[in-house]
Amino acid sequence: MARVAAPVAPVQGVDSDAKLAFVEFLLTSIDVQESARRAVDWLAAHATLSEVAVLVEDGVSNEMQLVAEHGVSSGVIMDFSLNRDDPSHPLTEALNSPAPIYLDKIPSHHRVPLEAKAFHAIPLRSEAHAPAHGLLLVSGVGRELDPETVWLARTLGKQLSRLLGRQLLAETRFGQERMLLYSIINAVTDPILLTDTEGKLIIANTHAEKLFAAPEEASEGWRRAAALNNMLFSAALSTSAVGMIEMARRELLLVDPLEGSDLLFELLSSRARDERQGTYVVSILRNVTDLARAKEEIEESYRTLRIAQAEVRDERHRLDLIIDSVADPILVTDQEGDIVLMNTPAERLFNTPGIGDETALRRVRANGANLTSFVSNVLTRSGEQRYRGEIQLGDPLTGRPLPVEAVAGTILSEQGELMWVVTILHDLTEAIEKARLYEQLKQASVELERKVQEATGELAQQNELLRRQHIALEQASALKSQFLANMSHEFRTPLNAILGYTHMLLHNVTGQVTDPQRKSLSRIDSNARHLLALINDILDITRIEAGRMPLNSMTFRLGELFDEVQSELEPIIKRSNLTVAAKVRGAVPPVRSDRQKVKQIVLNLLSNALKFTPAGSVTMTASYDARVRQVSIAVKDTGVGIPDEDQVKVFEDFRQLDSSPARGYGGTGLGLSICRRLAQILGGTIDLDSTLGRGSTFTLRLPARARRR
Amino acid sequence: MSGPSKTRAQPLVLVVEDYQDAREMYVAYLQFSGYDVAEADNGVEAVEKTRQLLPDIVLMDLALPLMDGWEATRQLKNDERTRHIPIVALTGHALAGHAEGAREAGCDAFVTKPCLPDALVTEIKRLLDAPRANAENVKDPAQVPRPTKKRS
Repeated sequence: MARVAAPVAPVQGVDSDAKLAFVEFLLTSIDVQESARRAVDWLAAHATLSEVAVLVEDGVSNEMQLVAEHGVSSGVIMDFSLNRDDPSHPLTEALNSPAPIYLDKIPSHHRVPLEAKAFHAIPLRSEAHAPAHGLLLVSGVGRELDPETVWLARTLGKQLSRLLGRQLLAETRFGQERMLLYSIINAVTDPILLTDTEGKLIIANTHAEKLFAAPEEASEGWRRAAALNNMLFSAALSTSAVGMIEMARRELLLVDPLEGSDLLFELLSSRARDERQGTYVVSILRNVTDLARAKEEIEESYRTLRIAQAEVRDERHRLDLIIDSVADPILVTDQEGDIVLMNTPAERLFNTPGIGDETALRRVRANGANLTSFVSNVLTRSGEQRYRGEIQLGDPLTGRPLPVEAVAGTILSEQGELMWVVTILHDLTEAIEKARLYEQLKQASVELERKVQEATGELAQQNELLRRQHIALEQASALKSQFLANMSHEFRTPLNAILGYTHMLLHNVTGQVTDPQRKSLSRIDSNARHLLALINDILDITRIEAGRMPLNSMTFRLGELFDEVQSELEPIIKRSNLTVAAKVRGAVPPVRSDRQKVKQIVLNLLSNALKFTPAGSVTMTASYDARVRQVSIAVKDTGVGIPDEDQVKVFEDFRQLDSSPARGYGGTGLGLSICRRLAQILGGTIDLDSTLGRGSTFTLRLPARARRR
Repeated sequence: MSGPSKTRAQPLVLVVEDYQDAREMYVAYLQFSGYDVAEADNGVEAVEKTRQLLPDIVLMDLALPLMDGWEATRQLKNDERTRHIPIVALTGHALAGHAEGAREAGCDAFVTKPCLPDALVTEIKRLLDAPRANAENVKDPAQVPRPTKKRS
């Protein structure tokens, strides 16, 4: 092996512009390999050579790496490696040599990257005596190195020194870059965490710290929330660890430590393997709370939309039903007059019937033509919203003429152009029929009214007639009463003479009468008196019925009244051999009533009792009931009594159970009837309590003070 | 018939009654009972005879021809000379209004027919015994006639 220092030729002959461009490139490049490649390319372009290779030391190991070559077979490149610590290797020698050396006898056990048997090995260093960082190997240039190659080697040496030196510098700036990295991940708004596979925190950015780490001064709630979040996060991570999925994405619900509200995150975690630090997990949390809310809202909107769609469908369905249920035909036509929509009743008129029915088809066409002419009328009158007209249609099946009233409305678009015409047809036959019926009804009503008026007139006439009849009846009744009153007067006058003369004869005014004569005169006297009593009773009833019984109220004592009645009936009492007593029980106040009528009643009751009592006693008792302010006069006898079935009859006119005047003062059969009427006039009552064979009690009840009438 | 005098032995009764049978009956009984009796058969005559005879008492039927008993009574009661003479009204009508009318006209007593002669005499005697003291005692119009008392 000959060591020859390769003479360095001056730089000439090569375009200085090319050199300048190469130098400019090296200045911008920061990559060793890139610079080496560019240098090889440049050399191949500007120098005559066969093979070029650049070896550069590895920053970490002592290996020399082939970073760029030209003309070298790929098999050589694959195999080559050089340990710088091998001093026996000729390339190591060249590396430590201060100048380029020419190698022409390389032992075969040393591997070199070039195929040529002889080549130049030029150490690449920044300046003389500086350590070489690489070697430039060149073959096919002869023993002398050309100046371009020497220049390039020097330039590349400087470049290597610069780049490798910068690498070292970068090592020292690692800390700064780390800080930069932190600020970058902190700048990311999503929480980012680096944890071990158990979820234990290694690195967290500030957003993650907010969630998972509570500061010293944090509130109890914050601390608890952070602890909870850690648990949730670990749990989420462990479930993904079980699956051993490299990249996992899931939802994670955490608590906002400051707000206390729920936060929904999307957890994106991926495993990273590092030979020195083992497996760890990078997790990125993306806040999707708002997203979830938005999603919910979208879902809600969607649901609303679905409901609205369903409603629209229902509405449409309902509308169809409604339109179909309208008995009147409804048609919608477009601007051309073509029917676009119609309901069932309209279909009957305008829809083509089954095939073969030529007549019906003709009628449908006629209907259509009539409708079209109507609609075209509507279209010419576009100014009007409603258009009303009559159309003559025909029933397609029967041919029956169908006069209809058509009411059309136009539907305009938002731009105001006419879109559709809606026409509703109303069958006028019914209306015409109705009008006819209405007319009939009106006539009937008029007729009815006339009849009612007639009937009313008749009724009024009848009322008038009735009124007149009533007046006539009243007059007749008054006349009757007057007649009876007059009659009784006319009766009395002769009766007065009969009684008077009989009396005088009996009293021997006209001379002594014989006993048989006296007996006959007594009979005349007795019968005349009976006749008088009858006349008096009839007069009383007549007066009561005519409402002409005068009332004459005064205050009197019942005891005195009893005395009077007893003394008036004294002869009869004497003849009767009965015990007659009058009692006033308790304190009976003076009575205010018509004394004469009360006396008449009591007289009647007492004389009745005497008449119908063969033996025993008759008792008159007066009493007073303060609660109802009523006086009672009870006339009780021990006589024959009245059977139950006759107890009502005795108060009727001309009723006498014993119809003959058996006793001295007889009876007219009107007595009780008059008594009851008189009692009613006085505002009182007469009641009967009797047992056949044991006697009767008649009780007159009167208000202690009669009301004024 | 005696003239007007306070010195007559027997009281003079003027019986005014248009029904002859009744009038003569009362006259006969009054005479039988010891009275002097004068008669009139209508209202006009009744007024004339009263003014002329000035009887002690007048028995006046109310239903009379020419002038009715009410009017006759009114005229007599409005006359100074005859006002003091008691008048007993006598009527067959028991209807209300008759008694009132008689009282308003000035009758001193009211007797309903049929009235037996002795009852009438009793009433006359009562009025003459207590002249003008008992004028209010109008007889009950619906009264059942009392049984005749036998005169001894």
